[in-house]
Amino acid sequence: MEVIKQISVFAENKPGRMARVARTLADAGVNIRALTIAEAGDFGVIRMVVDDTERGYKALHDGGFTVSETDVLAVELKDVPGGLYEIANTLGMNNVNVDYAYAFVTAKFKRAMLILRVDDIQRATEVLNEAGVRLATREEIQQI
Amino acid sequence: MIEYWNPRIERMPIEDLHKMQEERLRYFVRYVYNHSSFYRQRFREAGVEPDDIKKLSDVTKLPFTSKRDLRDTYPTGMFCLPENWVVRYHVSSGTTGKPTVVGYTQGDVDTWSESLARGLTSIGLGRGDIIQVSYGYGLFTGGLGLHYGSERIGATVLPTGTGNTERQIELMQDLGSTAIACTPSYFLYINEVAQKMGVSIRDDTRLKAGIFGAEPWSEETRRRIEDSTGIKAYDIYGTSEMSGPLFTECHLQNGIHIWADMFLIEVIDPKTMEQVDDGERGELVVTSLDKWAFPLIRYRIGDITILNNEPCECGRTHPRIMRILGRTDDMIIVRGINVFPSQVESVLMRIPEIGNNYQIIVDRKGPLDVMTVKVEVTESAFSDKIADLMSLSNEVSRQLKSVLNITAKVELVEPGAIPRSEGKARRVIDKRKV
Repeated sequence: MEVIKQISVFAENKPGRMARVARTLADAGVNIRALTIAEAGDFGVIRMVVDDTERGYKALHDGGFTVSETDVLAVELKDVPGGLYEIANTLGMNNVNVDYAYAFVTAKFKRAMLILRVDDIQRATEVLNEAGVRLATREEIQQI
Repeated sequence: MIEYWNPRIERMPIEDLHKMQEERLRYFVRYVYNHSSFYRQRFREAGVEPDDIKKLSDVTKLPFTSKRDLRDTYPTGMFCLPENWVVRYHVSSGTTGKPTVVGYTQGDVDTWSESLARGLTSIGLGRGDIIQVSYGYGLFTGGLGLHYGSERIGATVLPTGTGNTERQIELMQDLGSTAIACTPSYFLYINEVAQKMGVSIRDDTRLKAGIFGAEPWSEETRRRIEDSTGIKAYDIYGTSEMSGPLFTECHLQNGIHIWADMFLIEVIDPKTMEQVDDGERGELVVTSLDKWAFPLIRYRIGDITILNNEPCECGRTHPRIMRILGRTDDMIIVRGINVFPSQVESVLMRIPEIGNNYQIIVDRKGPLDVMTVKVEVTESAFSDKIADLMSLSNEVSRQLKSVLNITAKVELVEPGAIPRSEGKARRVIDKRKV
């Protein structure tokens, strides 16, 4: 399965909010793979990819957070100049728009991963596969 | 199931009701004059004698009274009988000033129960019903008022009072409560806690009716309560000065029936102090017609409402008042514009992405008043997209602007971030120092 589930949490822009989210996941034994915060004045959205999405979602939901799940792609980045260009260009040439992206490096496999939220995930998967770009599966993300 | 508690009175032809009111008005004007130096002095200042009051319309010759008089004569200066007649006191919490004391004879307590017996019967409650009274018991009138009213109709009372919400829900299930009486905001909280406990009010309880009052609430909140829990939500009205919660809607939910044999009501324009026409908004003024320890003469309650003298389709001929729009005390003036929290509420409750709780914060930045409305984002409405949240916040702001005519800053907060209340919800925080 190449579509990754990302967890998004609505959070007020106040001290301690991030800690509450992190604590809830820690207590549930959920490990965060990648995380980014989008900020919009009084509030923000914390987006993350975790090892066990189902458990993470449930822990946050039961903890009273406003949570949603979003489909994203995890793209393997080549660690050479132009690595990002190849991916961005492939999507751009095929009219797929990137809503947002954030990257992380995996220690175990020594790879860079790019989390991508696009407007047409089906099409993005097709064109990236055709271009020979590797997409991480849900199972891989779990095992990193 | 019986349809009317007191059919003779409730369905009395209007002319007969007016005649009864006229006789009682004449009697009580003389009664307060003879029993109270406070009223004698007031009547003299207004240049009016009991003999001047002959017709019902002569009520306008009488002087107004208000909460201020009640405070000035604290604790019992407006009572018309000595203490040894009084079987009970209630004391208002004094949220808007000094506390006020009210008192009852045994007859006054009975009249209060009679009033509620008529109302509870009109919404289909009676023997066999289990009424959970989740209003506060004690100095507040809500708990004991509903308690005695429910007993009067032969229903079973479950006197839970406020608080201990999880236990309330357990008892509701175990004893099979069929109705609940509390503030609408507390019921919304009960529903929230029930959901967390995995209890569905609709499927796991026998609850069919809620009697909600003690704070202004909106038609939109009624719809939310009914849609989310499957119960019928009825409005109840009354203030401690009038005895406590006294009057309810009937099963048609189209205005609160005010028993004319107990109270003569007027709706006035607070600027001109003249009565306004039926259907026009104004301030409620009440004169009691069957209250002995602490009668009221043209008492300005301070609630804003609309009077409707048309007999109801349910067959009751007594006047109705429409949902209370707010208290003159609750009204906030923001940049010179009058705002009632209930207006804000009805806007918010129309927007499904917004939760049931809200808070209005008024502050002053330099010379300007700034109104902030905090609303909770519901999970079903939350997408991962910032743009969706921004447009939600803009939409709330736009709708508030179109109703209130002022720009409010809308702050989206996490569910549960706004404090819940077990009694009257605190909807407005005014940080302005005047």
